[in-house]
Amino acid sequence: MSWRHVGSRALVALGTLAFVLVFNFFLFRAVGDPKKDLIRSRLTPAAKEALLKERGLDRDKLTQFRIYLSQTLRGDLGTSFTSRKPVLDEVLGALPNTLMLVGVATLLSAFIGGWMGVIAASRRGSAWDTALTQGSLVFWSMPFFFIAIIFIWIFAVKLGAFPTGLKSTPGGPTSGFAYYRDVFEHALLPVTTLTISLLAQYTVVMRATVSDVMNEDYITTGRAIGLPARLVMRRHAVPNALLPFVTLFALNIGFVLSGAFVIESVFSWPGIGDLGIEAIGNKDYPVLQGTFLVASAAVIVANFATDLVYGLLDPRVRTA
Amino acid sequence: MAAEPAISAAGGTARALAATRRTLSLIWSSRRGRIGLSILVVFTLAALLSPVLAPEDPTRDFGSEILAPPSSDHLLGTDGNGADVLSGVLIGARVSMAVGFAAAIISGVIGAFVGVVSGYYGGWIDRTLTAIDDWFLVIPFLPFAIVVATALGRVADDWPGGRVTLLIIVIGMLSWAGTSRLVRSQVLSLKERQFVERAKALGASPGWIVRKHILPNVMPLVFANTVLIVSATILAESTLAFVGLGDPLRPSWGTMLEKANDSGAVATGAWWFFLPPGIGIVLVVLGFTLVGYAIEEIVNPRLRERRG
Repeated sequence: MSWRHVGSRALVALGTLAFVLVFNFFLFRAVGDPKKDLIRSRLTPAAKEALLKERGLDRDKLTQFRIYLSQTLRGDLGTSFTSRKPVLDEVLGALPNTLMLVGVATLLSAFIGGWMGVIAASRRGSAWDTALTQGSLVFWSMPFFFIAIIFIWIFAVKLGAFPTGLKSTPGGPTSGFAYYRDVFEHALLPVTTLTISLLAQYTVVMRATVSDVMNEDYITTGRAIGLPARLVMRRHAVPNALLPFVTLFALNIGFVLSGAFVIESVFSWPGIGDLGIEAIGNKDYPVLQGTFLVASAAVIVANFATDLVYGLLDPRVRTA
Repeated sequence: MAAEPAISAAGGTARALAATRRTLSLIWSSRRGRIGLSILVVFTLAALLSPVLAPEDPTRDFGSEILAPPSSDHLLGTDGNGADVLSGVLIGARVSMAVGFAAAIISGVIGAFVGVVSGYYGGWIDRTLTAIDDWFLVIPFLPFAIVVATALGRVADDWPGGRVTLLIIVIGMLSWAGTSRLVRSQVLSLKERQFVERAKALGASPGWIVRKHILPNVMPLVFANTVLIVSATILAESTLAFVGLGDPLRPSWGTMLEKANDSGAVATGAWWFFLPPGIGIVLVVLGFTLVGYAIEEIVNPRLRERRG
């Protein structure tokens, strides 16, 4: 892989990040008007004046932008309107919970979904194939939060097998094996929900690409010289079908994050999604901006990383 | 003389009707298309007739019975405010489908425009548009849509259609990137075709070539894709409404699910409140997906064996 390729991808990533930074400011301070929100609220004029000053809204837009840029670049994302804590602390505190949910669900869904796609493709037209394809279609049509609601209803409310939300039992164990077990029990439903929500597309993409590869001459040759079907599948069909799979994996990062956002909110899982969605109701703009910034940055970095991996996997990209 | 435009207009309508009938019968000829079309016809009728069909106004008629199970008075029970759930589902169909349609049309128009311009003109225009397109493909949709819809929420309250209009614009503006990519590649291959080369050699202007040769060949693809996009836009609307960005005066299925979740309907097992709007979303999204696939197969016969 050439340094030019790495350099150009890095440049694109940095440019995107810069755009997000500028967009984040203008959307809230220029298009939306936080001053108007304050003026409409029921506060005494003196209190309003003090709040405006505290939030730096009394200066002109250009000065505000300069202050915003220098603060953000130094890692200061402002103070939450509701909790009065620094936004950066809140976001960083929530980030590991989101990464755990997203990471586990992404890996599980990619492996299980990809495997189901291979099964469907290797038995085209069978009952398995039909069931997997139709099932994927139905799950693809379900909003993530609806799957979450159904799961809570069935497994937590009716069967009482799992807690309905949060990351651990309030007042429960805080360390040791008992704590991890508690967290595991709380995580099981949200992770399962996100995994199931993501399965379908991996199945569909894997089925389509493996089916395509199966029509290639080298597969026919492999079968013709008497290699077992399983071996042909494992050694020749699946590896050649992996590229679109990796692409989907990459394009999906933003999508997965969106899914994690709503699922966290339904399960009150204390990640950045839950934080951000709580902030909508509270009109807590700094927190909302902070979560957006971190979510976008995560996606941009992940895409940059995938670009590099892709370059290593596909010789055609190295020279392009 | 005065009658002539009328006649040609009537002829145009007749031709359009015939084309629509032909497309519909082609969709109907596949099993998937038949299922999808049936679902959509039922829900479209329900949505259009909802003001007549809905027994009550779910935003105003609050009864005294809260979260009451289905009965002869309320076929699907009542919600957290004591309002009739069946009425809510019917009115919600109208809002959800209207937003889905309108946003998909915006996305189709932008996608077709960007795709044609970028594919036909090439060069730096193409490079710039593709870079923008790339950006829209990777941004995390939900956080992005949430900040835009939140920041503009107050402003949108004064618009006609209120926050529903805002959701339409936000979703439409964020979902055109896939379409434009598809259109661009189609235009790139059309551009090399002989009939375009010939038109160029004969001195046709770019505008004329695009109108007469490129667009007619791209539109079926855009149409198929837009139908598929409706399923995505309906899902997007339901999600945004669920996180609290819907219009309380124009409740969609997503708004109902938000209320169900907030009012503890899930925790108390009041399934009649959250299952109907959820199933509504799933069926309509499924319907658009099935019809979209069916149209795509008509437009692009090569797909027929691959998906089979």
